[in-house]
Amino acid sequence: MSDIAATVKKIVIEHLGVEAEKVVEGASFIDDLGADSLDTVELVMAFEEEFGVEIPDDAAENIQTVQDAINFLKSAKS
Amino acid sequence: MFDLTGKCALVTGATGGIGGAVARALHARGASVGLSGTRQEMLRELAAELGARAHVLPCDLADAAAVGALPKQAEEAMGQIDILVNNAGLTRDNLFMRMKDEEWDTVLSVNLTSAFKLSRGVLRGMMKRRWGRIISITSVVGVTGNPGQGNYAASKAGMIGMSKSLAQEIASRGITVNCVAPGMIKTAMTDALDDGQRARLLDAIPAGRLGDSADVANCVLFLASEETAYVTGQTLHVNGGMAMI
Repeated sequence: MSDIAATVKKIVIEHLGVEAEKVVEGASFIDDLGADSLDTVELVMAFEEEFGVEIPDDAAENIQTVQDAINFLKSAKS
Repeated sequence: MFDLTGKCALVTGATGGIGGAVARALHARGASVGLSGTRQEMLRELAAELGARAHVLPCDLADAAAVGALPKQAEEAMGQIDILVNNAGLTRDNLFMRMKDEEWDTVLSVNLTSAFKLSRGVLRGMMKRRWGRIISITSVVGVTGNPGQGNYAASKAGMIGMSKSLAQEIASRGITVNCVAPGMIKTAMTDALDDGQRARLLDAIPAGRLGDSADVANCVLFLASEETAYVTGQTLHVNGGMAMI
């Protein structure tokens, strides 16, 4: 697992208070991990801070799963 | 009670009668205060009076870029913003039929839109810290209406609806959002009334006097405190009984 993927999962686990085994790549924050819409905004804020990137609103709207976040951050950091 | 030691508050319109009283009240309970307003000389005088923990942050809320930059400037000056007091406001009174577009736009922009943008601007830090107080100074006329003040009343009613919506969104994050609605308070705004207007006004106020800025500031302090953590989405009327809503 890449560092980015591991860090994303760590943030999701901490922030949403969910069990690690539930945080698989395909997991949807809202449908699978019990996040509400404000949680997703906070997750994006946490990603921005951890990775030192700015995630514009239109990109943030498309980050709905763990994999979406990993993909965005990989391309932002490359 | 109502100890604000270690908290940082941004107060807009700090050179006005109510804004200055709010800044003094929060500061007296230990908060650092960011004093925002357009009149730099008065801001500096207030900061000098308060001494330590007072920061001058000039900002014209009619200037959209300046409004956008203010939360960041306040965070740089104080470290963080725990309490936002949206106090700045102006009037451009006119009969509805004579009201010009710019009179409407100016009042809505300075009174309501700037409160929206500043509230949005301070939310990130408050959400992270799981603590925040957003207090907007609305007005009794936002609830009752007032002839000649269609624009002002709309802006003040807008603040109440905005606050109730935001309060629901972020209540679970330890952030409360409330309004304080003054009635007739002794300020430059009410000094402009003539004696006849003043007498008629006092007839309508059961307390028999105009309010003091401190009457309003005490209520802001109350809502800014830890003790009112379970009060959100409310409008606290401070009007000597003039309207019981």
